Amino acid sequence: MDNKPDNSPDTHEESVGVPAPEGAANLIDTDYKIGQDNYQAAPLGVNIDIHGAVFAFSSLVILAFVILSLALPDQSTAWFEGAKNWINNNMTWFILLAANIFVVLCLVLIVTPLGKVRIGGANAKPDFSYLGWFSMLFAAGMGIGLMFYGVSEPMSHYGTAMGGISVGEDGARTDWAPLGGAEGDQSAAMSLGMAATIFHWGLHPWAIYAIVALSLAIFAYNKGLPLTVRSIFYPLLGERIWGWPGHIIDILAVFATLFGLATSLGIGAQQASAGLTYLFDIPGGTTTLVLLIAAITAVAVVSIVAGVDKGVKRLSEINMVLAFLLLMFVIFVGPTLLIATGFFKNLGSYFAELPFLSNPFGREDANFSQGWTTFYWAWWISWSPFVGMFIARVSRGRSVREFLTAVLLVPSTISVLWMTAFGTTAIQQVQNGFEGASNADLPVKLFEVLSQLPLTEITSFIAIFLVIVFFVTSSDSGSLVIDTITAGGKVDAPKPQRVFWGVIEGAIAIALLIGGGLAALQSAAVAAGLPFTLVLLVGCYAIVKGLMSEPRAK
Amino acid sequence: MYKKIMVPVDLAHLEALEKPLTVAADMAKHYHAALCYVGVTTSQPSSVARTPEEYEQKLKAFAHEHAPDNGQEPSARVYNSHDPVTDLDDILLKAIEEVEADLVVMGTHLPHHIDAIMPANGSKVAAHSNVSVFLVRP
Repeated sequence: MDNKPDNSPDTHEESVGVPAPEGAANLIDTDYKIGQDNYQAAPLGVNIDIHGAVFAFSSLVILAFVILSLALPDQSTAWFEGAKNWINNNMTWFILLAANIFVVLCLVLIVTPLGKVRIGGANAKPDFSYLGWFSMLFAAGMGIGLMFYGVSEPMSHYGTAMGGISVGEDGARTDWAPLGGAEGDQSAAMSLGMAATIFHWGLHPWAIYAIVALSLAIFAYNKGLPLTVRSIFYPLLGERIWGWPGHIIDILAVFATLFGLATSLGIGAQQASAGLTYLFDIPGGTTTLVLLIAAITAVAVVSIVAGVDKGVKRLSEINMVLAFLLLMFVIFVGPTLLIATGFFKNLGSYFAELPFLSNPFGREDANFSQGWTTFYWAWWISWSPFVGMFIARVSRGRSVREFLTAVLLVPSTISVLWMTAFGTTAIQQVQNGFEGASNADLPVKLFEVLSQLPLTEITSFIAIFLVIVFFVTSSDSGSLVIDTITAGGKVDAPKPQRVFWGVIEGAIAIALLIGGGLAALQSAAVAAGLPFTLVLLVGCYAIVKGLMSEPRAK
Repeated sequence: MYKKIMVPVDLAHLEALEKPLTVAADMAKHYHAALCYVGVTTSQPSSVARTPEEYEQKLKAFAHEHAPDNGQEPSARVYNSHDPVTDLDDILLKAIEEVEADLVVMGTHLPHHIDAIMPANGSKVAAHSNVSVFLVRP
């Protein structure tokens, strides 16, 4: 095989036996056959088809990790905390800057002629309907997080902003307020709090997903490379991506996905258990969490076995409907007028504060920018190989412009609406003197807020149900993605492998929860996110490079 | 007795298909039936083909190469699937209707314990189809 890096993916329209994908597109000319490095066997009658190096390394290191965090819970938590703190203190500027680059690139691509390129070739037809497509990308992208932070985050920022700035003895700020805070000013604190929340759930996270998804989609559907993360590196590394540099990239993607996923699963389990305690007096604690994760993982495995169309797509659509109903309920039963006007007001303050909130240099609000923003960005980034790859898998046939609108603008708008509805309702309750939600633990806050609205039992039940189903869809699509990466880009690898990864995800979430609770999970996600930021930056370069060599759709 | 014989083909695992392909060809000769080779692929690049169009091209070439010269024109039909591992049975059942096959000849593996949870495609197709299904064991 030719081992020279080929920086200009020379495109041979007429490469032997390969017709252009549905109209013109530029396949990359490579001798690599997908699955050529795979190990196929049928031990004990179970068929497997895996990429030897990627599968072996990822699963061994993960196994070691789970054993370690169960055997030495205190030390392992300390290590992860250490890694997280180092990243927060030293790499915040890098992560914030990178995320800004992603947003700018996406917005630029929407308006430039490159947006006319169609994923899968000029005449490709979409694989999924708009509704199914959109439900899946939304459920995969945020789901559990919106349930968990929809109430708690606006309240936190509102509270800290109201508290204003406090400076410790060493001159560093000890408060967690975003930017300069808004001491004692209710309406300023509210708009700053909402702007900060929307900042974390708006354009930036979806741009992170969009970059991974778009680069993967272009290199799989338009360039004919396997649907795995290493393919993004083709413009940079050329044929070397089939060797160890590529293996390492894929292994990194598996790690980032597993830890990001485990964080969400941990959060979801905590919230579901808090809700069950709240509604049915089921005692919380580690045992409940472990049982909950085990039970939900079992449901996820059933959905995995049922496949994309019958499993994750159907569940995502159910969730979309339920989430929509819950949102409408909160809007109409909550302070409707405030939410309606708040939507536009919050959008306005989001754009007004955006330059300051996203500024990577010379930040005064270290606690906020490092503790909140950097954590979120690292979490989204660690999640991006999974969400991105899943989005890529279902997005064939869309034009780049259509794709970016649906992956960036529409979900961001929905996030603004969601956060406005839940945040405004919660903050108004606080302003009216209701202390329940502000005193409650993070996972309980949502249920405290719902308790102040009518039909509490029903809405709380729907909320728990939503968390659980989002949990299932995340675990399900996550297993699909990890299986594809560890099978060298094959999307039709045998089912038992998916089941294996589904179970492993549950096991990691349990191990991390026993090991050190949510803090350990979050630290692990942040630590896994940093190296992957570099992968995303390469993704930006690859997208532009790849799109430049594609013919534009009419 | 039979007019159209459908043969599901997995171009990625041709080595396992030798026997069913021979059986199908022999039966086509015997009954003067037309052969229809059915393949299932994904939108994503695979080991066989980097685009769905390439897959179709390969399956057509395959059909002309493997069908016996019995005066009946062989055909090839490609189905695109989001998730072929789970959807294969349903696609094959749909294909039986659409290509109007009255006999299916397909390879299957030996029955074993895991079949209880994840049944072999052949047995599932046989259980749910109205036409005759000839399962060829290795």
